[in-house]
Amino acid sequence: MTSPGMYSSTIPFYAVMVSLIAMPLILLSSRHAILREFWTLAASIVKFSLVFLLLPGALAGRIAEFTFWEISPGISLALKADQFGIFFALIASGLWILTSLYSVGYVRGLKEHKQTRYFACFAVCLSATIGIAFAANLLTFVFFYEILTIATYPLVIHKETKIAVSAGRKYLVYTLTAGVLLIAATAWTYRIAGTLDFRAGGLFGDASFSPAAITALFLLFLGGVGVKASVMPLHSWLPAAMVAPTPVSALLHAVAVVKSGVFGVVRVVGFVFGPALMHQFDLNIFLATVAGVTIILASLLAFRQDNLKQRLAYSTVSHLSYIVLGAALLSPASLVGGLLHIANHATMKITLFFCAGAIYVRHHKEKISELDGIGRVMPWTMGAFTVAAIGLAGIPPVNGFISKWQLGLGSLQAGEVLPLAVLVLSGLLNAGYFAPIIFRAFLKTPAVPYEQGEASYVIVIPLLITALLSLLLGLDPDLFFHFHRLAVAVSGSILGGIGQ
Amino acid sequence: MIQNSPALAPLLLLATAISLPVLAIKKTKVAYPVTMVASFGSVIISSYNICLVLRNGPLTYHFGGWFPPIGIEYVLDPLSSFVALVVNVIAFFVLWHSGGIQEREIPGKSVPYYALALLFLCGANGIIVTGDLFNLYVFMEIFSLAGYGLIGIGEKQAPVASFRYLIMGTVGASFYLLGIGFLYIVTGSLNMADVRNILPHIHGNPAVAAALSLIFIGMGIKMAIFPLHGWLPDAYTYAPSTSSALVAPIGTKIAAYVLIRILFFVFGVEFVSQELPITDSIAWLSAIGILYGSVMAMAQSEMKRMLAYSSIAQIGYIGLGIGLANPLGYIGAVLHILNHAFMKGSLFLVAANVRRKTGQSNIAKLDASLRKKLPWTMAAFTVAALSMIGLPPTAGFFSKWYLALGAIDRGNWVFLAVILVSSLLNAVYFFRILEKVYLIPPPAQKTGEDLNPETGKGRGSLVGEENFSLMIPVVIISFSLLLIGLGNATIVEMIIQRIIPLGM
Repeated sequence: MTSPGMYSSTIPFYAVMVSLIAMPLILLSSRHAILREFWTLAASIVKFSLVFLLLPGALAGRIAEFTFWEISPGISLALKADQFGIFFALIASGLWILTSLYSVGYVRGLKEHKQTRYFACFAVCLSATIGIAFAANLLTFVFFYEILTIATYPLVIHKETKIAVSAGRKYLVYTLTAGVLLIAATAWTYRIAGTLDFRAGGLFGDASFSPAAITALFLLFLGGVGVKASVMPLHSWLPAAMVAPTPVSALLHAVAVVKSGVFGVVRVVGFVFGPALMHQFDLNIFLATVAGVTIILASLLAFRQDNLKQRLAYSTVSHLSYIVLGAALLSPASLVGGLLHIANHATMKITLFFCAGAIYVRHHKEKISELDGIGRVMPWTMGAFTVAAIGLAGIPPVNGFISKWQLGLGSLQAGEVLPLAVLVLSGLLNAGYFAPIIFRAFLKTPAVPYEQGEASYVIVIPLLITALLSLLLGLDPDLFFHFHRLAVAVSGSILGGIGQ
Repeated sequence: MIQNSPALAPLLLLATAISLPVLAIKKTKVAYPVTMVASFGSVIISSYNICLVLRNGPLTYHFGGWFPPIGIEYVLDPLSSFVALVVNVIAFFVLWHSGGIQEREIPGKSVPYYALALLFLCGANGIIVTGDLFNLYVFMEIFSLAGYGLIGIGEKQAPVASFRYLIMGTVGASFYLLGIGFLYIVTGSLNMADVRNILPHIHGNPAVAAALSLIFIGMGIKMAIFPLHGWLPDAYTYAPSTSSALVAPIGTKIAAYVLIRILFFVFGVEFVSQELPITDSIAWLSAIGILYGSVMAMAQSEMKRMLAYSSIAQIGYIGLGIGLANPLGYIGAVLHILNHAFMKGSLFLVAANVRRKTGQSNIAKLDASLRKKLPWTMAAFTVAALSMIGLPPTAGFFSKWYLALGAIDRGNWVFLAVILVSSLLNAVYFFRILEKVYLIPPPAQKTGEDLNPETGKGRGSLVGEENFSLMIPVVIISFSLLLIGLGNATIVEMIIQRIIPLGM
């Protein structure tokens, strides 16, 4: 089982379990808000530290493994903290710390009900997310993927209003359907390949396929992971899910859940099918087309949204497909760009959602048309918003530029010009739908003067940190977490050493 | 001791069932503890048996010292000892639960109830261990007659439902009897192993084909395979909750076990899947049954009725696994006997608790007050529902997983689609209830009296106002679904894979 560079370790196990262990503690301290929040913060810090501990080894090519036990004859529930897993786990667990802090301010500011359920579900979601990141095989991936689906549901319907309940239904219809497609795809893969272990460059080995079969299998996989990655036309649950409290939209619907989807896309493309099969059956062209269409259409739809969170949601749909596009192009730079965008989009979009939440907590405003002059009373918040928006439009020095640059480069490496055009157009559209918000916030005068200023510091500090992080990662993508090095290593391993 | 142990469980249960009315003649309160002791005894015996079988291989016991094929033989192999353990364990928990509920549901009938329950279990254990086709019929009659009784002591419509079940069940039993009659004519033997050895020599004989068809139809009725399921919804709905919790997880599973035993271990895989491809018909009927049961379950407004239709669908899973006639389908079918027994057992017990607390179990009238009154029961319901939908890490996911693998092995995409679509349909009708229980606020005027929001009684505290003896069995059964799910590879490798029928 253990090949060179692998070593057995319990750290991945604890990294997954820590928030699952925190969940009963949170439930038991349902009457003590401080204790409950303490458990959440403690779990998030421990989780991040554990993941961070694995980083040096992963950079040196030493990969930690942990096997629970067999869950089906021949298939184990197993974790493997490879570079790609670490990459995603770092982002999710790191941003969880900030989101926890922010959540505390948010739920207190709004005096939300059922805070215990909220924090408990959040903890389970994070366990599932790290499980997805570290899953060593498809069945383990499916396992945590479905747990994530269910654990997110109570958060989506948190407000318990009619709209929330119907959004929850929509969410379940999409994600559970995706779940069964993924199970079908996994079972089929197992019958063909005889293994489910992710392998950089593809796990099918020299199994032979008919073109129809492999296309059907790919479509099943795409249906499975594409829903959470909100590839069009599977995206419509995401804007609906914006009814959830803002920290949920920020961490889960901009980072953990949707990124699990794109993470899944990259796993499927790079670690299940592999570049050779993707090229041989033109699956990459299909995937790139879907992604390109999603990027443009979602950007256009974002224009029409007056609700700030809805606009951000469509923007998320569009940016997720950047990552899918990067995976589909399968050139060294495009993969690096796509992976980096997992991190970069996360820091930028979470900033934007944090800002939207801050505005909502303080001023109870959700619509863009009501934001005239809000930048004057919330300079820090809207400043952070501006930084993140600039980044999403792909303007240097914010980190969005780096990933877009790599993606552009990658599309040229792949010998395609069309994706580059899509990226440029999408940058313009991004600028187009963010500029009016910034313009309103800073330059228009409010009809009614605002009575309140900034939100409480527990809310403002996290969003300043994420904005700062976006800037710093734009100046040096290898800062702190070595995202760039990890991305290059992953891309190299998928393409078989070309990128290194 | 060793060679006697296959016969112990049925005999213990039979003896207790017969002596119970006498023991309880003065003090009816004795009935419950005596039953519990007997049921616990059967759990111990079947656990002991399975350990023995896994260590030393199959056990046989010859009744009265008569050797087969003349005498009656009891056989414990990994399959029969496994199913016996499942049945006895689930029965133990249901009977435990019945202590807190039967006095209220069927006042004054505790002695007949427990005597019938023990007879029912005796029949089930006998069917499982017997290696003789006619002895199986005898136990089947004991089992079924006790079952009609258990259902018939319920509310007003129950006797009618039970009578309908009786007619159908008797027709089924007669078909079975005719079937083994034909077999006896052509083979001259009733011993399963013996018949198995003789049959390959006379495969061309039309009587064998007739016997197979008759046995399939007979067991199909007992198992409630679509379209032979007509008796089931009424029977399960109108029976007392505690009876339906006993009959639903065990009744149809026993018939499924008999079908597996006779198809694969008497007729042989090759015969039933190639020479007379009856497994194909079973698979297709089951697939239709899965969809039919799920759709009908969605349309029901009463929780027990919904669960009854869902049983038809779930039986379809087992039937589909049998019909696939390949090792993975077989694993899925046998594992689903276990999983479904636990899932349906806990769901029917939940329905019983809901009825006891609120006096009804109409889905439209469920609301969030239930979660406050029965927090643990509802938690158990949630776990069981997630398992029915087939989400990991619950047991239901793995039934689906093996059946999906089996369908792919068979190359039949329709079956794969049916398995997956059905899990979505399950999600629809279970989330309909979950939504109500967790999200729909109770009607305003009732809140005051039931909930006491000011004092917050029952809220936040872990046990609430739940009755312990009603809550604990439900919680144990349903949370063990998580353990079964996580440990299913052990069950599959230790038990089910040891006895894959020859020729699969």
